[in-house]
Amino acid sequence: MIFAIVIFLLTIGTVAFHFWSPWYLTELASNWSGMDDALTITFVITGVVFVLINLFLAYAVFKYRHKEGSRADYEPENKKLELWLTGLTSIGVVALLAPGLVVWADFVDVPEDAMVVEAVGQQWTWTFRYPGDDGILGAADPTFMTIDNPFGLNPDDPYGQDDIVVEDNEGHLPTGGPVKMLLRSKDVLHDFYVPQIRAKMDLVPGIETYFWFEPTRVGEFEILCAELCGTGHYTMRGLLVVQEKADFDLWLSEQPTFGELSAEAVAELSTELSTE
Amino acid sequence: MNIFQKLAVKPWSDDAHVDMTVEGGFHATPAKVGLRFFLFVVSVLFFLLTAAYFMRKGMIDWVKLPLPPLLMVNTMVLVAASFALQWAKNSGRDGNLKNLRLGLVLGGVLTIGFLVGQMMVWEDLSALGYFAATNPSNAFFYLFTGLHGLHMVGGLVAWGRATSSAWRSDADVEQLTQRTDLCAAYWHYLLLIWLYVFGLLIIT
Amino acid sequence: MAHATMADDLTELYHPKTFIGKYIWSQDHKVIAIQYTITAVSVGLVALTLSWFMRLQIGFPGMFEFIDADSYYQFTTMHGMIMVIYLLTALFLGGFGNYLIPLMIGARDMVFPYLNMLSYWVYLLSVIILMASFFAPGGPTGAGWTLYPPQAILAGTPGQEWGIMLMLTSLIVFIVAFTMGGLNYVTTVLQARTKGMTLMRMPLSVWGIFVATILGLLAFPALLVSGIMMSLDKLIGTSFFMPAIVSMGEQLEYSGGSPVLFQHLFWFFGHPEVYIVALPAFGIVSDILSTHARKNIFGYRMMVWAILVIGGLSFVVWAHHMYVSGMNPFFGFFFATTTLIIAVPTAIKVYNWVLTLWKGDIHLTVPMLFAIGFIFTFINGGITGLFLGNVAVDVPLSDTYFVVAHFHMVMGVSPVLVVFAALYHWFPKITGYEFNERLGKIHFWGTFLGTYAIYLPMHYLGILGMPRRYYDYLDAAFIPDSAYLMNQSITIAALIVGAFQMVFFANVIYSLIKKKKSDPNPWNATTLEWQTPDNPPVHGNWGPTLPVVHRWAYDYSVPGAEKDFLPQNMPRGADPNAQEEHT
Repeated sequence: MIFAIVIFLLTIGTVAFHFWSPWYLTELASNWSGMDDALTITFVITGVVFVLINLFLAYAVFKYRHKEGSRADYEPENKKLELWLTGLTSIGVVALLAPGLVVWADFVDVPEDAMVVEAVGQQWTWTFRYPGDDGILGAADPTFMTIDNPFGLNPDDPYGQDDIVVEDNEGHLPTGGPVKMLLRSKDVLHDFYVPQIRAKMDLVPGIETYFWFEPTRVGEFEILCAELCGTGHYTMRGLLVVQEKADFDLWLSEQPTFGELSAEAVAELSTELSTE
Repeated sequence: MNIFQKLAVKPWSDDAHVDMTVEGGFHATPAKVGLRFFLFVVSVLFFLLTAAYFMRKGMIDWVKLPLPPLLMVNTMVLVAASFALQWAKNSGRDGNLKNLRLGLVLGGVLTIGFLVGQMMVWEDLSALGYFAATNPSNAFFYLFTGLHGLHMVGGLVAWGRATSSAWRSDADVEQLTQRTDLCAAYWHYLLLIWLYVFGLLIIT
Repeated sequence: MAHATMADDLTELYHPKTFIGKYIWSQDHKVIAIQYTITAVSVGLVALTLSWFMRLQIGFPGMFEFIDADSYYQFTTMHGMIMVIYLLTALFLGGFGNYLIPLMIGARDMVFPYLNMLSYWVYLLSVIILMASFFAPGGPTGAGWTLYPPQAILAGTPGQEWGIMLMLTSLIVFIVAFTMGGLNYVTTVLQARTKGMTLMRMPLSVWGIFVATILGLLAFPALLVSGIMMSLDKLIGTSFFMPAIVSMGEQLEYSGGSPVLFQHLFWFFGHPEVYIVALPAFGIVSDILSTHARKNIFGYRMMVWAILVIGGLSFVVWAHHMYVSGMNPFFGFFFATTTLIIAVPTAIKVYNWVLTLWKGDIHLTVPMLFAIGFIFTFINGGITGLFLGNVAVDVPLSDTYFVVAHFHMVMGVSPVLVVFAALYHWFPKITGYEFNERLGKIHFWGTFLGTYAIYLPMHYLGILGMPRRYYDYLDAAFIPDSAYLMNQSITIAALIVGAFQMVFFANVIYSLIKKKKSDPNPWNATTLEWQTPDNPPVHGNWGPTLPVVHRWAYDYSVPGAEKDFLPQNMPRGADPNAQEEHT
């Protein structure tokens, strides 16, 4: 008796908690409203199933609890009922899966005109690279990485010279167009995760991964690492600043290019040598 | 009844279908059934290694390893070991304890020969500078041969128990034959695995 | 003749006389089962304590000095690995599998008793190696229970010298132990069933354990392979999983390896592993529900088929753990589809459990409370699986607390409720004594309500976006203060739930001291283990002759029958009034 009531209360309570909970999705800042919708659809369908089965369970426990002299039914199976349940479940699964796959088809299909930005992770900071005027990111490889060349850009690749490199944990993006984030890691797995963007992707050393989204809201968002990357994992915090296109362009023009930085490094080196 | 029919039986009313004289499933000793499952597990192991091999092979840094000709000789030795154990088993079945013993010893010695030969291959390769860490292709070679060798060593433990019991004064030929049968089956299968690994390394 | 080893002849069994032979180097499956259970539960207590430390840090960051970031990640890692492998896998297969298989199928023992004994001792060795890592220089590994390279073997991760190597060694030793045990369970089920025990007359417990063992035999090699390869990467510098890396500003020798390859191998093992734990739980809970509802399990055949289908499908869904791993995103379509298909047979099992209760005669005994509690938690945990399996829904939720809440609900709380259901259910058989019912009920309510208080809100922290495996959230702007408050409440609930488990141990000790003899078949169950001539059963189980099986395991409340249960070894027609179905 008590148990049936508890199951009933837990079921109702769970639904109540869902609506009462102050913890829910952060305000969306990208085009992936489809992901939020898919989540809502999943909540509705599974929520109905959750309530129905558990209320039935509570009722069964209440109604068929042992009483003096009561005896159970004998029913090895009921083919018709089982087929019905299988069929209905299958329909429910399709209803869950279909919207999800539609969104996913969008996700895997990066728009042709997407702006390319690279985020590079290392234990435990973020850096960013933007293609320069040529619109092409120069080739990079870990074997080129030094203190003066933290991105491992190939110094002989002409496409790399005008690449704009940002090393202070803060990346900027403009609103109003899709962005393809290219992701590279120098050391271990990381994950580029901005809760408000929804989409996320691992950074895998040795390969370049990617995902795309369109920033829709101006603001400052935290970039968190979402793949355990060692003791400092939780401190690997970056900042993503989403700006209007004009503001973004202004910011970008103030950042140094790879060519400038290497020239600076060479100059520094020669001063050091001459003073010695 | 095949397995699907068996699984379709309604057990609450199946009394007419049940043969009350038979126990168990397969018509083989439990040891043989256990061995089959174990060989199945071994196959999965090598299958997964193969999958990893092909995935890793796709990367740019793959440099093929030259296979020393000694491997061919080792293969022959392992084939001979397999034959020797088969012969031992057949002899046991005919009640010929002398040949059974001879076959067992021969099989074991040949297998040890195979393992020594494999070690020599490793030596030769390292002498030539093909260390496991130099290239993934080398690493996979050592991994494949090493794991296969470990399984052979495991087989030798079972073989050792069978062989030592063959010289006991109260050696039971029938029991001994059963043990030899298990050894032979294991050796044949590991020979197959070796041929598969060797073939894989040659072809790719 | 083929089955001579398990003949009716009792003299063939080796009967030890000394204490050591009986209880230490024992080849009796029941003793080995108890050894497995005690070891697994002990190591589980270690993991429970670790979870307390983790929760203390999450609920009250910085308040406990001994929990720094390194040790936090070490606790997390060891907690996960111990719970999944060394507690649940070992307990369900080594513990319950060992105890139940021979008794339920009417065998005298496992077919390879010596190998069975060896299996336990090798398992114990693996546990000792794992525990040794707590005392090794640098402590245990803190790479997360998934042990992803390159991080697992690189600077920046605690225990990257000794801890990780001890972990990998321990896992390899565990796999050896599991293989020895697993070959035994499978062969015993196939070859040592008593007369009349057809496959479809086996209790679902045996089915669940049997199929789970086959999954284990197929899946563990993947962990073995990846463990060996990672060891080689660490020890001799091969590059299986290690690409060119600049670690802490230093160029390493590695080149060309693939971290994603490790993840494929790991999850090819890791996903079936979920079902290695779940299927025995499904089987056992089915039998307990049926027994205590005095009603046959509803849709037995569908239940068996569902176990087989789930087992098969579990090998084609592994990459749903890798939607954001950087693998080809087109795989998402395939793996989302296969994953959601698994929901169908799983849902059928849930329906059939509930329909077993329908029109039953439900005795709310302690095992039954845990079993029904399992239905509730499993529905909850199963449903959130539909979120995470569906790739587009998963992407925002992956690596957040939603995932943590989901898998704790579905393969933490649910199987543990079944473990306790089973321990209470078979306690009178294993020990021969009654347990204290009141203490059992207190234990149930604390555990059932407490765990829900832990995990229900945790889902919502995940939806909010709080990432998992965070030592400290460092005042992230998107996290409101209320979320920290919730984390405190979860921590307090976790401490309470942990403490409630002591009630169980108190109950066991109390019952063993009180020695109140139990009825040999206190639940009026039909399955063979309750029909043994001695209680608890002695070595050899069945006295001079093996039982003969005449019916399925679920003849409860057969119309017309005098008693509401007909044991499996009761001949047909023995109760002339029972309206038995015939073909």
